[in-house]
Formats: sequence, C-alpha cells, structure tokens
Amino acid sequence: MRIGVLAVQGAFAEHMTTLAAIGVEGVAVRLPSDLEDVSGLILPGGESTAQRRLIERWGLREPILDLARSGAPLFGTCAGMILLAHDILDGDPVTFPLLDIAVRRNAFGRQLDSFEADLRVLMLGDRPVHGVFIRAPVVERAGLGVDVLARLEDGRIVAVRERNIVATAFHPELAGETRFHRLVATMAAEHDDPGEGSGRRHHPTRRMGQAR
Amino acid sequence: MTVETSTWATKKGLAQMLKGGVIMDVVTAEHAKIAEDAGAVAVMALERVPADIRAAGGVARMSDPAMIQSIMDAVTIPVMAKARIGHFVEAQILEALGVDYIDESEVLTPADERNHIDKHAFKVPFVCGCRNLGEALRRVNEGAAMIRTKGEAGTGNVVEAVHQLRDVLGEIRRLGGMREDELFVAAKELGAPYDLVAQVAKEGRLPVVNFVAGGISTPADAALVMQLGAEGVFVGSGIFKSEDPARMANAIVQATTHFDDPKILAEVSKGLGAPMRGIALEQLAESDRLAIRGW
Repeated sequence: MRIGVLAVQGAFAEHMTTLAAIGVEGVAVRLPSDLEDVSGLILPGGESTAQRRLIERWGLREPILDLARSGAPLFGTCAGMILLAHDILDGDPVTFPLLDIAVRRNAFGRQLDSFEADLRVLMLGDRPVHGVFIRAPVVERAGLGVDVLARLEDGRIVAVRERNIVATAFHPELAGETRFHRLVATMAAEHDDPGEGSGRRHHPTRRMGQAR
Repeated sequence: MTVETSTWATKKGLAQMLKGGVIMDVVTAEHAKIAEDAGAVAVMALERVPADIRAAGGVARMSDPAMIQSIMDAVTIPVMAKARIGHFVEAQILEALGVDYIDESEVLTPADERNHIDKHAFKVPFVCGCRNLGEALRRVNEGAAMIRTKGEAGTGNVVEAVHQLRDVLGEIRRLGGMREDELFVAAKELGAPYDLVAQVAKEGRLPVVNFVAGGISTPADAALVMQLGAEGVFVGSGIFKSEDPARMANAIVQATTHFDDPKILAEVSKGLGAPMRGIALEQLAESDRLAIRGW
C-alpha cells in the first residue's frame, strides 16, 4: 500500500518521514500521474494560497476529488485543512470542498502567536496529542456529519473527521506523533480491501429485494 | 492544558512550512500582492531591492515601519523584514510590529562588527545568511531558526549562491564520514559548537531549514539550487528588476516545485522577457561584496 503526500510546496518531507516510521511507503505527488496506485493522500502544511495555485496550475484538483469520491482517505494538516474546507471565512477561494466546516485562516494571529499545546483526542487513546500550531487555522463551524476529534481548552475545534476525510489545524508530523498517520493508513488499507464488517458494506435494512 | 507560545518548534516550524517555496523581496504593497498572486510563500518587505541598495550606496538600514506595516496589511502570507547585523534594537522594533520572521541581513550595513544579535532573546524567529557550514552553525547557536546561503545579493548572478551551497552541503557530507573522535577537531576547524557539529554529522543535514539567496534570477537558477539540495529560494532583485515581474515570479514558483522535471522547466521558461541585467562578479570590487559581511 502506498500513500501519496502532496508535494507542490510545504512540509511534505516530514509527512514522508512519519509514514516511513510506521512502515508505510509514501509517494510525493506533484502531477496527476503521481496519484496512480495511491490508497490515500496527505495534504501537508505550507502556504495554502501558494499550494492552491499549484494544484490548479497542474490539474491536480479533479483527480484528487476523484480519489476522495472513491472513498480513499485524505488527511490535511494546517494548510491541508484549509484546502479541504467547504467555507473559508476570509473569502479565500475554496479548493476541495470535502469537509463540511468553515475555517478561519491565521485564526490565532501572526507568527508571534504560534504555540504548542497538549490535546485530548479520545479516539487516539489516553495519551495526549502534542499539537504544534503555526499560524494555524481554526474550525468555526462544523456540520452535523462532522466528528469533532479535538478542541482547545477554550472549546475551539482543531481536529475533525467526516467519513474518509480527516483534518487537523496543528502538525502531528512536527511532534513525532504517529497516531493520525496510523489511523489514515488503517483507513487506506480498509479502502483497498473492505473486509467483513467494514463501513462499505450496506446496512442490513437497506438491502432491498433480498430473501428474508 | 499548558499552552506555550513562540517555542523553538514553532520558530523552526514556520520555516519548515515555507519549504519548496519562493520568498520574494517587495518594496510596496502592490508588489506584495503581485508576489502573493504569483504563489510566493512569504514576502520580504524592504525599501529597496539589493540591486538598488548597491546603486544608492551609503548606509542601508531597517525599512520604515509604516512601509512594512502596509505590506503586512496587504497580504495574508508571512511577512519578513530585515535588521542590520548586530542591531538588536531594529530587531526589537520589527518584533513589536509583529513581523513573522526577521532577516539579520548582510544586505544592510552591519551595525556591529563583532557580535550578531542574540536571537534566543526574541520571540520572533530569525533567518540568517551564511557562506559555509561553520557560519551557519554559529548562527544556529545564536538562535537562528532558519538559514540561507548569502550568495551575492543584487547581482543577478547565481555563481556565489552555487559555490556557497555546495560548500555547506559538501561539509555536511564530509562530517558524515568522520569517526566520532574526529568531530572534535572538525568543530574546532569549523569554529562551531561541538554539539551542533555532532548533530549535523549524525543527521546529515542542518538542524534548521536551509534556503538559498543572492543571485537567483531565472526559473533555471531556482531549479539548479533546488537540485543541488536547497530547500527553497529567496529571490530579491531577480523579480522586480526583470521585464515582466508577475510572469517571472510565477515561473520561478513553478520551477521551484518542479525543479527536477526538465520538460516542465522548459515550458515555464518560455517567453518570460528579459531577466535582470546582472553583474559579473569580477567587475565587483572586494569592498562591494555583501557576502563577506558577517562572520
């Protein structure tokens, strides 16, 4: 199984290192042809405005949307969360409206307001997640279908999941945190080989026309 | 839940987010918008690009805070600004303004010929220039969270940038082949702290992000230093001294991303108009060389 890392700009090498640390092969994605045979995609931190232009310029938007529609997991950190958001509150153009959230860019201020904080992420276990927030965005609205994975102490939302799309406002890849990448790798493996009990099996009550 | 601002991880981390990108010198808010629209990852706000600083002569100082503020208001990408080497009060002023990064820069006239700024004393991160590995590690020891090779700013000539980048990366490779007992002497010869030298030998890279500056003026120049191992580029005079700055800026951004794809490099290099004129380094008096400032 190979997981792509969007490598048009930003901290993609750190995600490749994190994938290698959990024994997953990462593939740098700069052109649509790089997406062949990937089972998931990570959108790294960087400058979302620069990344958005490079995604459009090299025709990556539609193939990445197709990958998401196929059910493969997408995981965005920081700028990646902005690219995945349905609404961007400062009016910046939307790239992949896959997450039903509204984000505010640079929500905490400028670089002087960048910070580190420990977060509780219930689905990742008892050990807190160490979050590095760099000119980070924040989720100001999350739709009904969106699971909130983590909040700051003041209640602001900084990690979400909606079906096969996961996003964090912070950088697990800068803190030696591998659990998000393990989660994405598990989702990708399940996408490749949906076994008994997987989310892709239809719910029993929706099996129309089957013998009782 | 403890919250800590301006930590080493956040200072160094912002530079990590800029990797694979182009940081452009801008002198007006209008330039800053052109740079942002072309895909710059950050802008360097200054009153004159290095080529004009050379032409003007005299003492080059920190830019007018009002001008820096107007650029901070015009764009959403990070804004950097330059302080003179050793001028910690210019740095305090830039920190008070809220710039995202300070460049302690040889492009301005040094304010102290012995001491660089104690960058650990600041909450804002610093980028510093270097010509070789020893200089890079001395700056990191003083608290620099990002390094750039100096090149020779304002010349439009990439030769010094290439020379210095090869020097830094060659030294790192050399350290990697040493026995542990040889690293003590290497540290002495480099004039750099042993702990940092040992770390570089072990990890095979600088402890912070390493960009290239000083002389990049075409997409091919940017791709050249990226192929040699730079993690991103600063472009100063090369954009706004070219015939069509918006196109040149965009082409250099594309070339920095697709640095190892010659077909794409050929495509983005087409019809850009004239790059900046440039200066052969033999025509430059030793006293006009900026790279020798800092130590």
